[in-house]
This record gives sequence, C-alpha cells and structure tokens, in this order.
Amino acid sequence: MMKKAWKVLVIIAVLLFLYLPILVLAVYSFTDATNIGAIRGFSLHNYVTLFTTPELVQMIVGTVALALLSAVLASILGTMGAIGAFYSKKGMSSAITTMNQVPVVNADVVTGFSICILLVIVFGVSKDTFVPLIVGHVTLCAPFVFLSVTPKLKQMDSSIYEAALDLGATPFTALTKIVIPQIFPGIISGFALAVTLSLDDYFVATYTKPATFDTISTYVVNATKGSQTTIKTALWALSTVIFLVVALIVVLMNLRAGRAASERSGV
Amino acid sequence: MEHRKNIIELKHITKTYEDGFTAVDDFNLEVRQGEFVTFLGPSGCGKTTTLRMIAGFDIPTEGEILLNGKPITNLPPNKRPINTVFQRYALFPHMNIYENIAFGLKQKNTPKDIIPKKVKKVLELVDLEGFENRSTTTLSGGQQQRVAIARALVNEPQILLLDEPLGALDLKMRKEMQLELKAMHRELGITFIYVTHDQEEALTMSDKIVVMSEGKMQQIGTPEDIYNEPINAFVADFIGESNIFNGIMTGKLRARFCGGEFVCVDDVEEGTHITAVVRPEDVILTAPGQGNIRGIVTSVIFKGMHYEITVESGKNEIVAQSVNSATPGERVGVKVEPDNIHIMIAEDHTNIFAAEINKNWELEYNENVLNVDLTAIIRGSRMMEDGTLLDANGVEIDKRKIRIMVSIQPQHIKMTDEIEQGMVQGYISNLIYKGDHYSYVIHTDLEQDFVVDDEYLWNMDDQVGLLMPVEKMTFTVKR
Repeated sequence: MMKKAWKVLVIIAVLLFLYLPILVLAVYSFTDATNIGAIRGFSLHNYVTLFTTPELVQMIVGTVALALLSAVLASILGTMGAIGAFYSKKGMSSAITTMNQVPVVNADVVTGFSICILLVIVFGVSKDTFVPLIVGHVTLCAPFVFLSVTPKLKQMDSSIYEAALDLGATPFTALTKIVIPQIFPGIISGFALAVTLSLDDYFVATYTKPATFDTISTYVVNATKGSQTTIKTALWALSTVIFLVVALIVVLMNLRAGRAASERSGV
Repeated sequence: MEHRKNIIELKHITKTYEDGFTAVDDFNLEVRQGEFVTFLGPSGCGKTTTLRMIAGFDIPTEGEILLNGKPITNLPPNKRPINTVFQRYALFPHMNIYENIAFGLKQKNTPKDIIPKKVKKVLELVDLEGFENRSTTTLSGGQQQRVAIARALVNEPQILLLDEPLGALDLKMRKEMQLELKAMHRELGITFIYVTHDQEEALTMSDKIVVMSEGKMQQIGTPEDIYNEPINAFVADFIGESNIFNGIMTGKLRARFCGGEFVCVDDVEEGTHITAVVRPEDVILTAPGQGNIRGIVTSVIFKGMHYEITVESGKNEIVAQSVNSATPGERVGVKVEPDNIHIMIAEDHTNIFAAEINKNWELEYNENVLNVDLTAIIRGSRMMEDGTLLDANGVEIDKRKIRIMVSIQPQHIKMTDEIEQGMVQGYISNLIYKGDHYSYVIHTDLEQDFVVDDEYLWNMDDQVGLLMPVEKMTFTVKR
C-alpha cells in the first residue's frame, strides 16, 4: 500500500515540476495583476493587449512566417540530402550522415555567430535583407529534417524506385510519384520539428536578424528586461496561447498515430 | 523448333564491382523471340546481376547487350521495352491495384480511355477480376505476385524478366504459379527470362536453362539436355540428385568407378580420368552377385513416391530410389544400365579420397595417421580438455557426421617398391606417356584409383606403395 502511495506521489511531483510554472503563468494571464503575487480580479486585458498592440501582432506574425518559410526550405534541402545519401555509395553515404550529425550537436550560438561572420562580415550581406536570418534558421533545421526522413527511406522497399524506372518513369517522376509519397510522413514530422526549432531559436536570431525585426524569443528577452508592464503581462497571455496550441497539436498527433496503429493491426 | 530471330544477345558481358568482385565473367547468351529462358544457379552465382544488366539497373563493365540487333548496353531502364517482376513484388504501397497497374501505361501517355480496358484485361489474365480498388496491403503473397506480373505485362514488353518471383510463396502456391506462368508464356508469346535457384522450377518451366556458377555459364541447353547430359560435376550435382564418382576408362566403352567395372555408351579414350554420374532413379538393386558391384544397405528413407536407399560398397556410397523397400544391413547387388551412366572427362586429375577421424581425433587413411592438426582443418574449431571437438559455433562435432576429403596432385605422389612404406598399396593398372612423363593409374587395395605422374617407366601390374607427403595434401570438410 505504502509503495503505491509513493508511486503516485512521485508522479504528482514530476508533473507539478513540469507543468506548475506554465500553470502559474496561465492563471496570472487571466488576471489584472501586474506582478506575480497579488491577484485582484479576473481580466482578459492581457489578451486584448496581445492581439491589438500592432508591435506585438507584427512580432507574432513575423515569427510564424519566418518559422514556416525556413521549415519549408529546410524540408526541401533535408529531404534532398537524405535521398541523396540513401542512394549514394556506402562510403559517401556514411560521410554525409556523419557531416549531418555535427550541426545537430553543435551549439546554436556557434552556428548563429559563424553564419553572421560569414554572411555579414565576409560576404557583406545586409542583415536587413533577412537573408542571414533565413539562412541561419534553415541551417539550424535542415539536419533534423534529414534525420527524420532517413528512417522512412530505410523502411521503404528500395526496389520500388527501380520498379518505377522499369515501368518507364523518368528518374524525376519515380522520385516525385513513388519515393516522395513513401517518405512523406517523415518529411511532415521533419517539417513540424523545423517549425518548432525555428520558433524556439534565440541565439541564431540575435546574431542574424535585422535590427528592427524581432522574433518572439528575442522580443521576450528584451521585454522582460524593459519596464513596460502591460507588454510584460501580455507576454503571459502569449505564453499561455503558445502552450495551448502546442498541447492541442500534440494531443491531435497522438490521436492520429493511435488510430493509424489500430487500423494497421486491424488488417 | 523453327528458326526465330534473336531478341536479345549478351556478348562478353563482364560485371566487376568497385571492390574488385567479379559477379559475371565473360557471359555470352543469345535468346530467341518467344523463348522461356531460365538462369539457374546457387545464390551469388551472378544470375540476378545478369538479369539486372538486361533490365538496365546495372551497366556491364565490359561487353555489349543487343536488343533486336541494336546495342542497348547503356540505355536507362525506362527506355527499354523490357519489364521486370521483382522478387519482393515492389508494388507501390500508396496506390491501389488499378493505379499500380496503370502506372506504366500513364508513363507512356496511353490515351485515357484505353487504360481502364487494358487494366481490366490484364487483371482477367492473372485471375484478379474486380480487384481494381483494393489496396495492395490487403492482398496475400500470391495475389501480390499476380498484381506484380499484371503490372509488368500490361506494358506489352518485348521481354519479361522475372527475378525469383515465386521465392516468397509457399510450396503449393508456387507449384500453381509455375503452371500459370507457363500457360501465360504460351498464350502471350512474350520472351520470358526467369531467374531461380530452384532446379525443379527451372526444369518444369523452361525452354532453355542456363546453369551458372561463380559468374560463369556452366551449361546451356534444354531441361532434358541439362538433366541427362550434364557437362561437368557442378551441373550434375546442382540439377537433380546424383551419384558422382571419380573413375577411369579401362577399355572401349568400359569404365571403372565405385569399385566396379561398368559398360557405358560414351566413347572415351582408354586411361582417361573420368567423372561418372548416375541418377538415383537409375540405380537398380539386385540380388548380391547379379549386379556390377556388391554392397550393404545402410539406410532406407520413405519419401512418399519412393524409398531412398543408401548402399555402401567398400569406400563408396550409392543412393538409389526404388519403389520397393529394403532393410538396413541387407546384402545387395547394384546394377546400372549402360544407357544410364553419364561419363564426363574429368577436368583435372586431382586424387581425392576420404580420410577417417580416429578415436584420438587424428586423421587416418588406410590405418596410417596423417600428421595434421584437425582444428586447423575445421575452421574455427577448438579441442576441449574432455576430448570433444567444438566447431566455430561452439557445438560439439559428431565424428560420424563429418567427412574429411583429402586431395593431392598426381605429381606429388611417389611410387615405391618397398610397398609397406607406402600409405596405400596397389598395382599399376594403366600407363600413358604424356610427353615428358608417364601418367600411371594405380588401382589400390581399397578399390580406389590414384593417378600418379612419374618420369620413370614402371611396368604394368607392378605392385607399388604410394608415398604421399602430408604437406602436399589439401583438406576439405564435408558434412
């Protein structure tokens, strides 16, 4: 009996440790408190500020747009890389795979700093063109797309590409009509990973972003140092919204995966 | 058969991989329009590589492939009027059966109103009417294979390549599909090139069989030719079950092997070293004394259609198939009709004999201990302190289940007058002058013939001992 109680206690402790911070923020986001501490009453004014302050709205839209654009580019590059490595000769293939691992393990601050040096200082690309920022985020995300596509390629019956050629398809048609549909789930999960990585990123963005543009991360860091209380409390609302969106996506994905699995075992 | 033109010709095809492994070596083949040709061989013999070169997936390092007289050696697979049925079907899992079959037609821009008709027709051909909208994952292995065949045939290829298409099916399904494929071939008149390691499949289906081993063509011919007149010991061993003996021609149409003299129909020069092949179904068991040789039945296995009877005669073992049973221990005579003995001239004159393992785990021949280490012969084996021998997997080796074959070249054997010093004794039964040396045949007391090369002239019927240095012997393990 005692054992069981301990188990439940440990689970509760872990869950609290994981979710209490965001719960506190979520609760406070629905109040008119200006500091964590005294609650005076229920209020939606943080949400109103969040969605009506042009500066905040612009920042959110910009961040999402950046994430989607970089994720699309990273998905294309990462998928091409994975397919290329898969159909390369053994030595070449393992060389590419190893080279792909380095940026994954590498610290973001190094990636961001070095891209900044290369593009802005060496090649003289202006940060205002957004090119360094997008290049930085694509560099950050593409290796993860590569990693999520590779297992799908390995699961695929490798002779279906040859079968397509055999039936008269050009290599390009065989790739787009046969290989890509087979690895599409891998590309999608790579894309999702790329979006979250880009949304999350702080270091690469600080080194490469135009001075007038802010992502959520860079904005939050600056805002929490600043003195504008309304903006600070609006960020509680933003955190809550992001948390809810993410939670919703995770639940939906798990439901779908569960259904797919039961369909497969049903056959 | 009427003379039809060659649809495909392979000229001096060689495929060497980057690591230096030669999968196919100087391969030549002509296939006529409408033939059913089978590449038969053990795995790794180069048969699939040859097929892949015809399909265009692999490019030969040397040589030329001609289709209707025009070179296609470097043509990509999508430009060849050739379709393949893959070993593991290779159906497109994200498409239904209709889409799978229509894929090839769409690539050729077939008019949209014709595609459904063609798909329907080919589905009827493979007995899958009404399966258009089924998903490939809901089909059994046999049905998937039919879809794969339909998907290839719908393109009306000039040649259909089949890479072990029935390998993944169970026995009953396989037999059914063999007959169906044969019927389809007759009906469509398309040239089939089929790859398999299953000799029965090859014999059942083919017009022509190409037996391959280690990248080389061993023999090409009709199933009957290959079965009845194998060109060498490899083909004889691979096609059907065979008793294979080393022997020697002792006179016109007379051969000695398996410890007896047999009349045969192959006219080979006297004194020639030969390999004799006798099919088990051609071995006749008689009363002792009425056959060419005598023996003792050592095992009888019931096989349904017949009994498989093993007879030991001296050092030789003969397998017979008979509808009548026998009892182990029974004394019998063994007879073979001249017609049923297939004589092949031996490729080399290496003397091969079996050595025994004695109770001290030493190799022994004719009660002489051969001074070699058994653990060095059986790869990865080690001797335990309790006197058992373990193989590479750590499993105990059973002395009775293992045979060590010893080979030694004729020039490494010396004859001696002091016959007791020899490892084995016998008399000279044949001698041929070979320009700079004599080639002798010594018929030993153990009923085996040894070929010995010697510069000096010995007399016929001389009793000699054979000195065989152990360091010149090579050993192979047979299980």
